[in-house]
Amino acid sequence: MIAATGISKSFGRVRALDEFTVKMPAGRAFSLIGPNGSGKTTFLKCLLGTVIPDRGTLTLDGHDLLASPEPRGRIGYMPQIGRYPDNLRVGQIFEMLTEIRDAGGGAPRRDTELIEAFDIEKIAQKPMRTLSGGTRQKVSACVAFLFNPDVLVLDEPTAGLDPVSVEILKEKVLAERKRGKLILLTSHILSDLDEITTDVLFLIEGRLRFSRPLDELRAESGEEKLGRLIARIMLEEAHSPSLDPAP
Amino acid sequence: MIIRIVKYVLSDILRGRVAIAYTLFLLAAGFGLFNLGGDVDKGLVSILSVVLMIVPLTSLVFATIHYYNSYEFIELLSAQPIRRHTLLLGQYLGVAAALGTAFFVGVGLPILLYARTSVGGCILAAGLLLTLVFVAIAFLGAVSTRDKARGMGVALLLWLFFALLFDGILLFIVFTFQDYPMEKAAIGLVALNPIDLARTFVLLQMDVSALMGMTGAVMRDFLGSGAGIAYTLGVLMAWISVPLTLALRAFKRKDL
Repeated sequence: MIAATGISKSFGRVRALDEFTVKMPAGRAFSLIGPNGSGKTTFLKCLLGTVIPDRGTLTLDGHDLLASPEPRGRIGYMPQIGRYPDNLRVGQIFEMLTEIRDAGGGAPRRDTELIEAFDIEKIAQKPMRTLSGGTRQKVSACVAFLFNPDVLVLDEPTAGLDPVSVEILKEKVLAERKRGKLILLTSHILSDLDEITTDVLFLIEGRLRFSRPLDELRAESGEEKLGRLIARIMLEEAHSPSLDPAP
Repeated sequence: MIIRIVKYVLSDILRGRVAIAYTLFLLAAGFGLFNLGGDVDKGLVSILSVVLMIVPLTSLVFATIHYYNSYEFIELLSAQPIRRHTLLLGQYLGVAAALGTAFFVGVGLPILLYARTSVGGCILAAGLLLTLVFVAIAFLGAVSTRDKARGMGVALLLWLFFALLFDGILLFIVFTFQDYPMEKAAIGLVALNPIDLARTFVLLQMDVSALMGMTGAVMRDFLGSGAGIAYTLGVLMAWISVPLTLALRAFKRKDL
């Protein structure tokens, strides 16, 4: 379980996160949703250690994520834009990250399912600069899952992938969730996430507006599609900001 | 742990076009200058001039571009179980080792063939030290500047300052205060520019007082060659460790 309490982060005068508090248990898939600039990316970056919060605590199963880099060995990250050293071969990227993970005391068990599904072996000898954007995204996805992490952070995972690859990735995420992994997602193409998401985290102005199971939201609003549901919530927020937050 | 980063950064850069072009340019300059004058000492002085211009420029510009181009990858690496300190130090050592290797091959080969002297060895040492200094300065500039265009501007301005403007300023100061004894002050002022330090370091080995310039001559008179060399080397070390330490400290708290 990931627990964040009172996380605040300002960039200059802009408050990206404001006393952000949330608990995310394992075995669920949370979609981070909110208008642009609501703090989704900042929160994920705090979790990954790439942004250092001004205040607050952040733990993974009780281990402090802000104090030392070791607990990050249990998190897999797929970035939105995967840019890699131009002249390294695909295989070398995996080698390099494996060496870093092993030294950091990461899980020894490898998960090569995605590498096989995307047929990465075939391009292992190619330099990174020769790969298309979509292929680089596949490499990023493989890197995220390779170390069999307990938590998966996927930032816009489907952007740039072809439909076949999107399906492969979705299947993989679903399978991992059922194995008890905690999944965190952001995406602008909401329909892609319908089947994966179990919970919706709704952020506004750096605060958590609500965190609720998707089924519940659907039952309440009668909307089937996640995209339309979110659009409605955002509109309601805009018109009546005093709407009672859900329990 | 650091070696795991250095290895791959080195392998990436050495396979790139820039490292190869840099090596070939230095090779061409080295062989060309040795064959042009005929005199080995003249060749060494010319090579020194090229080294003092090109090494800082290449180190500053290349290290800055490398940092910004690797930004997303550095971000991905910082999300792994690795300390920020290790990550940036690994990047620094990788870039410095790659440029150092290119320099060592490009200038070392001609020197090995034409001038196997202590002066030749000193030029190699000076070039390697300048590589370490200016890659460190470039990393400090790049880590503290978020915008890539501005970061490149900073790198070029720094080169302009150290390679060209500084000597002008030094000359201006010496002329303005020519009625006062400036010798000791000149030794202090030279410490403010790693390129001048490297030049003095090499020229102290040479027997060409006419080329030594004021600081070189003064340093030999006041400190003697041995102490002069120790002084220039010591200050050059500080020029490596201080910017590097500042860069590492800034990177530790940086939001990527």
